[in-house]
Amino acid sequence: MKEIPALEHPVAAAADLGMGSPSGNAPSVTKRLSYIKERFIEVLLFLAAFSSVAITVGIVGTLLYESASFFAYVSLKEFLTGTLWTPLFASPRFGILPLITGTLVTTVVALVVALPIGTVVAIYLSEFAPSSVREIVKPALELLSAVPTVVYGYFALQFMSPLLQKLFPGLPTFNMLSAGVVMGIMIIPYVSSLSEDAMRAVPMSLREGAYAMGANRIITALKVVYPAALSGIVASYILAISRAIGETMIVAIAAGMQPNLTLDPREPAATITAFIVQVSLGDLPHGSIGYQSIFAAGVTLFIMTLIFNILGYILRKRFREVY
Amino acid sequence: MSDFKRIIAKRKRQDFIFNIVGIMCTLVGIVTLGALLTDLLMDGLTRLNWTFLTSFPSRFAARAGILSSWVGTLLIMLVTALTAVPLGVSAGIYLEEYARKNWVTNLIEINIANLAGVPSIIYGLMALGLLVYQFKLGQSVLTGGLTLAFLILPIVIVATREALRTIPQGIREAAYALGSSKWQVVRHHLLPYSLGGTMTGIIIALSRAIGETAPLITIGALTFIAFLPPLPVTTQPPFLSIEWLWSPFSVLPIQMFNWVSRPDQDFVVNAAGAGLVLIVVTLLLNAIAILIRYRVRKRIKW
Repeated sequence: MKEIPALEHPVAAAADLGMGSPSGNAPSVTKRLSYIKERFIEVLLFLAAFSSVAITVGIVGTLLYESASFFAYVSLKEFLTGTLWTPLFASPRFGILPLITGTLVTTVVALVVALPIGTVVAIYLSEFAPSSVREIVKPALELLSAVPTVVYGYFALQFMSPLLQKLFPGLPTFNMLSAGVVMGIMIIPYVSSLSEDAMRAVPMSLREGAYAMGANRIITALKVVYPAALSGIVASYILAISRAIGETMIVAIAAGMQPNLTLDPREPAATITAFIVQVSLGDLPHGSIGYQSIFAAGVTLFIMTLIFNILGYILRKRFREVY
Repeated sequence: MSDFKRIIAKRKRQDFIFNIVGIMCTLVGIVTLGALLTDLLMDGLTRLNWTFLTSFPSRFAARAGILSSWVGTLLIMLVTALTAVPLGVSAGIYLEEYARKNWVTNLIEINIANLAGVPSIIYGLMALGLLVYQFKLGQSVLTGGLTLAFLILPIVIVATREALRTIPQGIREAAYALGSSKWQVVRHHLLPYSLGGTMTGIIIALSRAIGETAPLITIGALTFIAFLPPLPVTTQPPFLSIEWLWSPFSVLPIQMFNWVSRPDQDFVVNAAGAGLVLIVVTLLLNAIAILIRYRVRKRIKW
C-alpha cells in the first residue's frame, strides 16, 4: 500500500502540465487558456458547419418572401391550372402548366436515354468488365458530368439538332428532343457511377450462390445483384431525375424560350429553368410582377426537386443499412 | 445430354451478347464526349489566337474576344475559393471530428445532403433576392463569387469528410496518447494526411463552379462588358484595393451563351472558341484532381 503516493506523483505532474486527468487541483492558467482556445476553435468550426443551414434558410426564406407578393396578386388556382404563361405581356397570364410540361417532357426524354444506358453501363462495369477496363472507363465517363452545361447546350443546338433533323424531317432547330437527349447523355455518369457502387456493395456470397445454382453472369446480375442493390440504384435514378428537372443551360439554349403547352418532344418549349434565365437576361425592375414571377417559378422548381431529394435521401439511408 | 450442352451454349451466348451491349452503352458516353470535343475543335480552333484572348466583346464577330470574360471568371473563382474552401473544410472537420450525435448534427447532415441536390439556378434566385437586393451587394464580382461558393460548399464539405474518414483511428489515438489536444490532432495530423483527398474535392468543385452559368445570369451578370474591373494593386498607399469586388462582371460561360444564342454563324464560331477555352480549363482541372487522387492512393498505405 505504501507505493500508492509514489505512483500518484507522475499523474499529478502530468495534470499540472495541462495533460488532462482532473486531479482536484486548481487548473493552471495555461491549462485554462488552452481550454478556452480549444472551445473557441470548436465554436468556429460549428459555425462553419451551421452556415449550410443558414444557406438553406436563405434559399427558402427568399423564395417564400418574394413569391408571397406574387401570390398576393395571382391566385394559386390560376397559377396551377392556367394554360397560358405570359407574365411579361401587357395583359399578363400566369398559368405555370406550359412551363411544367416543358420541364416534364425534357426530363422524360433525358431519362429515357440515361436510365437504360446508365443501368447497363453499371451492370457491365460491376459484373462483366475486367478491373483494368473499369479503372479507365469510370473516370472517363465521369468527365461527362464535368463538361460545363453551356457547352452541352452548344452541342445540342449545333450538333444534335442537325443530326436529329436528318432522322425526323421537319424538326425545328429549337426542340425539346435534342435538348433532352444531350441532357440524358450528360446524366449517364450520375446513374452509372452510383448504381455501380451499389451493386459492388452486394456481398460476393450472393453471386457465388447463384453461380452454384448454375446461373450465368447476366442472370446473376439481373436476378440477384440488381434486386439486392435496388434501393441504391433507385436512389441514383432519383438523383438523375432531380438533375434533369433542374438543368438549365442545355434547355435554355436548345429547347427554345417560348412557353408551349405540349407533350410532343419534337416541338420547342420553355422549361421552368429556361424561363428564369430568359427573364434574368432582360432588365426587370426589382419588385415588378415579372421579377416576382421568376421566384414563383423557382418555388415550383424547388418543391419538385425537394420531393425527389428527400426520396433519394431516405433510400440511401436504407441502402446503407442493408449490409 | 445434348439438351444440357444446348443450355450451356445458350447461357454463354447470353453473356456474350450482354458483354457487347455493355460495351456499346459505355461507348455512347465516350463517343459523345469525343464528338463534342471534335465539334468544338473544328468550329472554334480557327478563332483561338492571341487577339481573341486579349480583345473585348464587340458587335463585329471577327473583332470580338474574351478578355473581360476570362478576367471575370478568374476574379469570381478567387472569391469563390477564398469563401468555400475555409468554410467547407472547417464544416467537414466539425462534422467528422467534433460533432456529437444529436439532433443539431442530424439537421446539418440532412441539410447538406439536400443542398447538394438543389438546382444551381435556385442559388441564383436566392442570391438575387438576398445578396443583390437585401444586402445591397449589387450585381458584383462579390455577389457572383459568394453565390458559387454557396453552390459548391456541399461538395467541399463531403470531400473533406471522406478524406478525414480514410485516416485510421489509430493515428488519432496515438496523438492523444502523447498528450495532444483535439485541435492539435486536427492541425498536425488529420489536416496534413487528408490534404490530398481534400484538394481533389476542392479542385473538382472549382471546376464545376467555372462552368456554372445559370446562377450568374440570374443575379444579373452582364453579357456585354467592354472594360476590366479596377486593378487590385494601386500606385497610392495602401497599394491594395478591393474596388474590383464591387465591379460588374461577365464570365466565360455567359459570354459563350450570349454568342451561341445569336443567329449569326460568325458569332457561333466565337462561341465555339470560348467553349474550347472553357472545356480545356475544366478538363485540365479534372486531370489534376485525378492525378492527385491517384498519387495519394499510391503513396499512402496505412
